[in-house]
Formats: sequence, C-alpha cells, structure tokens
Amino acid sequence: MAKSERRKQVEGLVLYPLDWLEERSGLVGGIRYFLFRKVPSDANWAHTLGSATLTAFLVQAITGVILAMFYNPSPNEAYASIQHITNDVTFGWLVRGMHRWGASVFIILLFFHMARVFLYGAYKYPRELNWIIGVILLILGMFEGFTGYLLPFDQTAYWATVVGMNITANGPFVGTIMAQILQGGPDIGPTTLSRFYSLHMLVAPGLIFALIGLHLYLVVRLGVSSPPWSKEAAGSEHAEQEPEPPARAGLVSPTTRGRPTP
Amino acid sequence: MEPQQGDDKSSGPAPSLWPVGFAIGLVCLLVGLIVSWWAVAIGGAIALIFGVVWVHDLSSSSAEGVEPPEPPTKEDLAAHPGLAAAADTERYPRDKFLEGATLGLGLVIGGLVTIPPLGMLTASSFEGQQFHHVNLGPLADFPLNTFIITTFIEDVEAGEVSRRTAYIRNNGFLDKLPSLTVLSNRCAHLGCPVQPNGPVDDTKTKKTTSENGREVVIKTPAQPAGFGCPCHGGQYDTEGNRVAGPPVRALDRYTYSIVKGNVVLGSAFSVAKVEGTGKDAKIKKTRLHNPGQHVDGPEFWLWPIPEIRA
Repeated sequence: MAKSERRKQVEGLVLYPLDWLEERSGLVGGIRYFLFRKVPSDANWAHTLGSATLTAFLVQAITGVILAMFYNPSPNEAYASIQHITNDVTFGWLVRGMHRWGASVFIILLFFHMARVFLYGAYKYPRELNWIIGVILLILGMFEGFTGYLLPFDQTAYWATVVGMNITANGPFVGTIMAQILQGGPDIGPTTLSRFYSLHMLVAPGLIFALIGLHLYLVVRLGVSSPPWSKEAAGSEHAEQEPEPPARAGLVSPTTRGRPTP
Repeated sequence: MEPQQGDDKSSGPAPSLWPVGFAIGLVCLLVGLIVSWWAVAIGGAIALIFGVVWVHDLSSSSAEGVEPPEPPTKEDLAAHPGLAAAADTERYPRDKFLEGATLGLGLVIGGLVTIPPLGMLTASSFEGQQFHHVNLGPLADFPLNTFIITTFIEDVEAGEVSRRTAYIRNNGFLDKLPSLTVLSNRCAHLGCPVQPNGPVDDTKTKKTTSENGREVVIKTPAQPAGFGCPCHGGQYDTEGNRVAGPPVRALDRYTYSIVKGNVVLGSAFSVAKVEGTGKDAKIKKTRLHNPGQHVDGPEFWLWPIPEIRA
C-alpha cells in the first residue's frame, strides 16, 4: 500500500493550498459551481459558440495589450509604428495578424452565437435580459471594429473613418455634435487618433468585460436552454427529482458534482 | 421599544468639534508650506490650540466618564411617523440621516469627480476649431478658365492630417474684381475626396512654400469634365452641382479674398445648387453642413445644430 500512501501525500500537497484558498475565500467552490453546473443532456456543439466568442475576445484582449506596447497613436508616428510591429518586432507580424483577423473572427462568432440563440428560441423568458445584454455587446464589438480600423492610419483607415464619422453626423438633431465630440473637432484631426485609441483599448473593452461578466452571471443563474427539438420538457420529472438547485427550463439529468468536499 | 442606551459608554468618547479644528489647522499649515509662511504659523497655532484642547478633553472625559447622548424622544419618532412604521426593524433619525448623508455625499463626490473629465472630453472638441486663413500664393498662378487642383495644409499645427484640396478656377473679372470658383473636394455624400474626371498633367505641378517653410501649397492644372467620388460614385459637374449618385447637394465652396495679389482662403460654406456658371453663377450660401446633410427641402430641419467652432 506504499503507492496509495504516496498518492495520499501527493493529493494532500495539491489539495492543501486549494483548501487554504477555499477556507478563506470560497473561490474553489465558486469556480466548481461555475464549471460543473448542470446542462441539458441534449446540449450540442452549437452551445459552445458563446464560449468561442469569449475566447476570441480574450485573444483580442491579450494581443491588443501586447500591440499597445509598440503602437504610437500620433498622426505622424502611427503608420510607422505599425510598420515596425509588422516588419521588425519578433512575432509582431503574427500578433498583429491575430489581432486583425481575430477581430473578424470575433464578430463572425458573435453573429453565429446570436443566430444559435435566436433559432433555438433561447432568448425567451426568463432569458430576455441576456439577449439585451448580448445586443449591447454586439454594438460594442462593432464599435471596437470601427475605432480599431482607424489605428493603422493609412489611407483606407482614414477615409473609412471619414465616412463612418459622417454617417454618425447624419443622425438627426444630435448627430453633428456627437460626431464632433467623437472625433475631437469638426474634422478628423490629430486628436481623433488618440481619442479613438483610448476608446478602442480602454473604454470599449472595459464595458465589454463588465457586460460579459453580467452575461455569464445570467447564464449561470438561469441555466442553459435545451434545443427546441428536445424531448425533455421544461421542468421535467428529472428536475423535480432534484429540488436543489431550483428547477430550470430544460434542466435534465443530474451530472456528477465532482468529488465530495473534504 | 425604547432604544437601549448606556451600552456605548465604552465604545468611545463623545463627539467633539476639536478634531475638526485640529484638522483645519493642519490643512492651513500644509497649504501654507506652498503659499506663505504666515499661513504656516497661523495653521500651526490653530492646530496646536485645538490639539491641546482635544487632548485635554479626551483625558478628562476618560477620567470622568461620558455623558450619554440624548436618546431619541417620543416626539422625534412622532415627527417621523414613517420611521417606526415603515420597516420591521426600528429606524432612528440618526440611522436615516446617516443613510441620506452617505448617499448624498456619494452623489456630490461622484458628480464632482465626473464633471472635469466629461468637460475635458467634450470641450476640447469645440474649442480652438476656427477656420484658418490659408495663403495660396499669387493670383497669377490661377490662369483663366482652368481648374487648379490646389492642395494645402489648413492648420499648420495639426500637420499633414489637415491637408485639404480645393479645385479653383479663375473666372476672370466681375465688376473689376477677380472671380474665382473655389470648390471643396469633400464629397457631399459622406466626405470622401472627389477627383477630377479627366487627365491631370502632373508635369505642370507647381509648389509654393511660405516664408517660414511650413505651408506648402501644391498646384496642378486640369481641365476636368466634372468631378467624381471614388467611394460611392457621386458625380458633380464643373460648378460642383450633383449630376448623379448619392450626394444630397452640390460641393461645398470656400470664401476667398485677394490680399496683396495673393489668393487667401477663408471659411467654407455649403450650397444646395448653383444656378448659372462661372462668374455669373448664383450661389445661395448656407452655413457649412456635414456631408450627407441636406441644406434645402424638408430634410434641412433635421440638422438644426451647426458645427461648433468656439
């Protein structure tokens, strides 16, 4: 039984810091609650699109942080610093490429995720609020795309932003002032670039992170909905067998809850 | 239920104004370090006096015991009938006051720290945005009935990002004064740069540099049949009138003046439609609008707020 003794020792070594953390913060239990929650037995790959979108966003966040260390948001230096990132910095081409293409991946996955929720009817009661948060996230994602597009500050970036800002300015009554505030003057000028940079890397990502937190909170609280063809009716006998946690629509077979708490 | 008093005898000394005076003295002293030695002396004196009184107060109160604060009387509760009735838990005026004070103070502090950043965000968009007068060089550079593609820096401080282009045609003299057609190249659809429809002879490009060497004006002659926008295909004739595509009005124009024989550009303005051609053109000036905004017809009323150039 030497082996199991040893095993016990190793387990103790691993578990001790976790127990220490759990006793003082409840974090381990919280993470277990988040990761090992019940999902419908017929959840399928389409249900992973939300996580995929989240992953795409995290890739954008991480690559963006690294790019920000090399990027210079002044009108005369911006393009040169992008050139430097692409041509000189080790893996600069790769990280910038990930950020550039990842932006499209993020938006595309957002739409796929939204299509899944729409086609499955997962936006219905009690999940309407999560749909609304998702729409705000979509708008913020588009805003990220728009503000990020200016940053290379080449001709495409400049004129695309001119067109975008003039579309903004065509909003009735307040459009002109909104565009003027956004671009820091009546025309795109030297302040526009740093303004867009700040919005792109501080304001919008901060809001997105906060709203993703809220989005996930509601996912955990309300549970995942079954596909519309599910044979398991909402509030089925499986849910009744397990009164704790409270019955949720489409919540079926009890899953393993991980190892018992020590 | 009457609140239990006397339990907080050991919880601390009675509230006193002495520490406030002590703090004011300290603040005065610290400010004085920057402003004036007199303020240091006065602040030090205030802090010392209040400090001594405070310490004296503390030592005497700990020795003699504190008089318990007045319990809330029945009249207090009667004056605020909601106080006892509203919640299961009994609430005292102090409780409500503290809650209100916390929320109110939070609001005040939140407002105070939010206003400056918001002001900085918005005000800078409107201040210092005047039109700059740009010297385009001698009138002789603009031969009769030829469009000169004139590229210039509108704001030297802003640099290359404020490079603008105007299509300038000399129409000869009108009532002994030179008449120019000065079209902005900003498309009236969404602001892309319209291009001349026709060959441009780059070999005849002329560059003039201002005395300080910072203002470079590039002038290239052309005889276009009209102007076209590369973005969404808006087409204009040589008076800047829309002939096809999505633009909602004619090309914007610049005011100009002739100063010591030089052409000087002023502010820009918008035009719905130009009647007539060349020096006989009738132009109804409207204030400068963003591209895409109508300056005539019922849609005109959709954009009552102009660009703000403070």
